[in-house]
Amino acid sequence: MTSERIFFNFPVTADSHTLKAYQGRGGYQALENALKTLQPIDVEKEVMASGLRGRGGAGFPTGSKWSFVNKKAPVVYLCCNADEGEPGTFKDRWIFEHNSHQLIEGMILAAYALNVRNAFIYIRGEFDLSFRRLMDAMSEAYKAGYLGENILGSSFSCDIRVMQGGGAYVCGEESSLYTSIEGFKGYPRNKPPFPAVQGLYKAPTVVNNVETLANVPWIMTNGAKAFSAMGTEKHPGTKIFGVSGHVKKPGLYELPLGYPLKKLIFEECGGILNGKELKAVIPGGSSTPILLPQDVETANLDAECLSTYRTMLGSGGVIVIAEGVCMVRLLHTLSRFYAHESCGQCTPCREGSAWMNDIISRIVAGKGVKGDLESLERITKGIMGNTVCALGDAASMPVINFITKFRAEFDYYIEHGRSMNDGRLEI
Amino acid sequence: MSCIEEKFAQLRATYPKELNSSLVMPFLRIMLDEKKSLGESDAVFIANYLGLPAMQVKEALTWYTMFYRHPVGTHVIKVCRNIACSLMGAERIIDHLSQKLGIKPGETTADGRFTLLLVECLASCGTAPVMQIDDTYHEQLTEAKIDQILKGLS
Repeated sequence: MTSERIFFNFPVTADSHTLKAYQGRGGYQALENALKTLQPIDVEKEVMASGLRGRGGAGFPTGSKWSFVNKKAPVVYLCCNADEGEPGTFKDRWIFEHNSHQLIEGMILAAYALNVRNAFIYIRGEFDLSFRRLMDAMSEAYKAGYLGENILGSSFSCDIRVMQGGGAYVCGEESSLYTSIEGFKGYPRNKPPFPAVQGLYKAPTVVNNVETLANVPWIMTNGAKAFSAMGTEKHPGTKIFGVSGHVKKPGLYELPLGYPLKKLIFEECGGILNGKELKAVIPGGSSTPILLPQDVETANLDAECLSTYRTMLGSGGVIVIAEGVCMVRLLHTLSRFYAHESCGQCTPCREGSAWMNDIISRIVAGKGVKGDLESLERITKGIMGNTVCALGDAASMPVINFITKFRAEFDYYIEHGRSMNDGRLEI
Repeated sequence: MSCIEEKFAQLRATYPKELNSSLVMPFLRIMLDEKKSLGESDAVFIANYLGLPAMQVKEALTWYTMFYRHPVGTHVIKVCRNIACSLMGAERIIDHLSQKLGIKPGETTADGRFTLLLVECLASCGTAPVMQIDDTYHEQLTEAKIDQILKGLS
């Protein structure tokens, strides 16, 4: 495992997802080595030194997250966030379908570093093949002695339990996720206390994304230096980007962080469908602010660079939109989604996301009125920063962004009662 | 109920006591797989089985969209209508399915064979448009492909 790829470094075949195949690629050697020769703190130090940052959306340094946890606490929990639900994101499915063992090994290494006896994988309830492949891999790992009591003859024991979600987008938010694991409706919780102090069952808890944890075996095998040699200085490593929408070759691409967005779209993905012009790009899942063609010329795919464009890397779900698409109706697909997924706990988000969707629905129906856009802006101000979790902000950001960047389209729709792009979404 | 109780007991045996409450979601799922749709009595049954407040399980049952509380057809068709699928023709796909089955989204065919639901992102954006029938994903849909898939269902 010394290529410059951490995930797409083997040919996918009918049995490349099995334990035997994973072992053949050097799998579980990092775990064996860690249990024999390393202290838990050594694993944390290596991950810290690698500069690995969360791959789920926020990009928080993984080593720091782990360091906040009091490992001497009677119970520490680890939760793998596999509730892949951010529209535009479909990378974790690949890991489950083709290399579940890489995640499992990463989780056991993380559990060792954090002194975790019981870990959870919270996987989307809809996933089918991913779930089956994961369960197969889990039983293989148990049989081989990588999980359970006294792993590989060491004094370290760890169990992983897989829990299927119930179809709630908000359960991808970390506190909502462990509230759901506790058997409640998934209302997010106020922070502080942060999960590292008080999370699942009030115990210190680490919640990491699938891709984040699956990076750990590679880091332990190849070393922090090799990892931080890839990507950018502040955002090292590779990332699985999922490209969807109007490109010739949509799909998953593993590339070093800092890779030029233009190259991804026009070289890797073969450019825009039907030879159309590019209209806009959502760089990191549906809630990240949208980029215009002139931004795409120069933007690179890492957290620091994208923040200068006032957007985010998010989950790496790149949604490409071609010229001719009606941005008003496109925003409607998002406002409907967020109104539907608001959990109902905080009034600003519950009511606000529904109001925004009502207004946008009205505009789309040709019944928009003067002042609608100002109302939308006012509602976003009432939501943002006033809710327990980030869903309210996620619902607001596309609204502000679409209206600001495509103002003329919205004004036209309201004035004429119809789209200036014939309401097209598909091209 | 006995088959369900057997499954409950099996799973419970693998959970330590302190994680008892974590069995709510898996139990609701087991129940749903057996019964296809759930009601209040199911929540109460699970609550009693686990020794938890009935309200907690009832709240979970009614809050998660995947726990159907109305009878559904033999096959449940979930079509994604979110952003990536919309860009690739989700509306066309939904119209075609609606017309083919003779029902609107949210409805079940008179013969009880199909329920058509619109869902949000199924995390298959690179192969949009996408639908899920029962557990199975069907990707890169076209009208012709849908006709073929429906024909192949018992």
